[in-house]
Amino acid sequence: MRSSAGLLALALLVLSGCSPAPAEESPSAAQNAADQQISVFAAASLDEALRTVAREYEEDSGVSVLLSSAGSADLLAQLEQGAPADVFIPADLQTMQRAESGELIASPAQPIASNTLVIAVPEGNPAQIDSIQDLDTGSAGSSESSSPSLVMCADQVPCGALAQQVAEAADITLSPVSEELAVTDVLGKVRSGEADAGLVYSTDALRAADQVDAVEIPEAAEFPNLYPAAVLRDSPQPELAQDFLDFLSSAPGQEALDEAGFGPRSGTGFEPEDQP
Amino acid sequence: MSRRPAVMMPRWILLPAAVGAVFILLPIFALLTQVELTELPSLLSSAAALSALWLSLRTALLATVLCLVLGVPLALMLSQLRFRGSGILRTLILLPLVLPPVIGGIALLNTFGRQGLLGQSLEVLGVQIAFSTAAVVLAQTFVSLPFMVIAVEAAIRGVHKEVVEAAVVDGAGPTQLLRSIILPLIAPGLASGVVLAFARSLGEFGATIAFAGSLQGVTRTLPLEIYLQRETDPDAAVALSVLLIAVAVIVIGITRPRTAPDALR
Repeated sequence: MRSSAGLLALALLVLSGCSPAPAEESPSAAQNAADQQISVFAAASLDEALRTVAREYEEDSGVSVLLSSAGSADLLAQLEQGAPADVFIPADLQTMQRAESGELIASPAQPIASNTLVIAVPEGNPAQIDSIQDLDTGSAGSSESSSPSLVMCADQVPCGALAQQVAEAADITLSPVSEELAVTDVLGKVRSGEADAGLVYSTDALRAADQVDAVEIPEAAEFPNLYPAAVLRDSPQPELAQDFLDFLSSAPGQEALDEAGFGPRSGTGFEPEDQP
Repeated sequence: MSRRPAVMMPRWILLPAAVGAVFILLPIFALLTQVELTELPSLLSSAAALSALWLSLRTALLATVLCLVLGVPLALMLSQLRFRGSGILRTLILLPLVLPPVIGGIALLNTFGRQGLLGQSLEVLGVQIAFSTAAVVLAQTFVSLPFMVIAVEAAIRGVHKEVVEAAVVDGAGPTQLLRSIILPLIAPGLASGVVLAFARSLGEFGATIAFAGSLQGVTRTLPLEIYLQRETDPDAAVALSVLLIAVAVIVIGITRPRTAPDALR
């Protein structure tokens, strides 16, 4: 047993050896774009659209983009623990604010896209939902059996907070049968026909267009969900990272995001941070 | 009970053994260091946390009972019957062990869901499983059952043939043989099956979120609550994880019999 402390030290040494190589390894490589790559941590809902953008950016600049897609909170937790990345694009401003207050961000965040809430219904709309008013259960919350089964995100998840705002604006009460942990789980319940309706982002409904129909919510237009993007403080190549962000905001980048169903990047509700 | 003779062990295995132990214990220790002890009571006494804990305990216990009722006969059958394809059947029954739990949940949805294989018939009977506590129990049972089957089957294979033959010579019928000879002999394996099934049910996440949904007090078990809290309050998530660990340790401590099965000793 006397050697257990030594073993622990050994294990720690071995483990620390596994961490990524220091970024300063190739300082002179900045000119050589051919073997350069940037690591982008982006919200899962952006995955498909960003793949397209990344491909175009690679052709354009020769810099390859390593895309890491997951839930915004997952990505933030990884960044807080020192995961190496150059760019962070969460699905909501709150997550970006947490990253800012954690001093993970190098420059002010800029929005690259927006998304609005829609009602996803199984193909053919079996419960005949034509507007968000059809999901109202009234202030008393009665008529459990006759009301369509609604699935939405929990309050703690961005899409859930947004749904509550929209419900308030439409002056209705929602009584979901399930408050999911992610918008993909909401979509899954609608796709399988398990729920009559689900509140998801318009891009989610578009991606699943073969299995779900989307019902627009006029009130949701006032509450666009913005995707802020920023260069990370620990990025060893901030200029390159900024270049990718600029590409996202440029015409080709915006076109790809638009095709995936994302809305314009300028919308109400985004307060740019003070410029340095 | 006589002590087993010490097995001759090469000393070098101590090194990988210690690394293995540290590998498990260090992350748990790291998690515990994240807990703010002063805030623990308030974090754990929220209505959401308490209802998640209560739901988790109820459903995991029910799932464990289901695993016992279904898993023990299944293990007996698999250990005794030899027919064409019995090996394949055994492999298929253990499939949830390797299946990602989310896929297990989707499979359950395709079975018991509204559009599922049995969903139509269940709806005629007025039974709706989706988004109910019953769905949580089904999800937990689905992922836990193979653990029970494996533990019990291993125990049955360990029963000496001579003991069974002697009982049969003495005139024991099949049911009597099972009750008086087999079940007492496999009790340690049964106990470890119960512990494994309960622990697996308590920690179940993927199949539950895919199949049952997540509503406080109905389907949002402790692991789901932990994942949700992490979105906004990582400290609360850590506190709840510690609660889950504590519950698991207590329940396993109670369930584990004095004569611990060899596998756990």
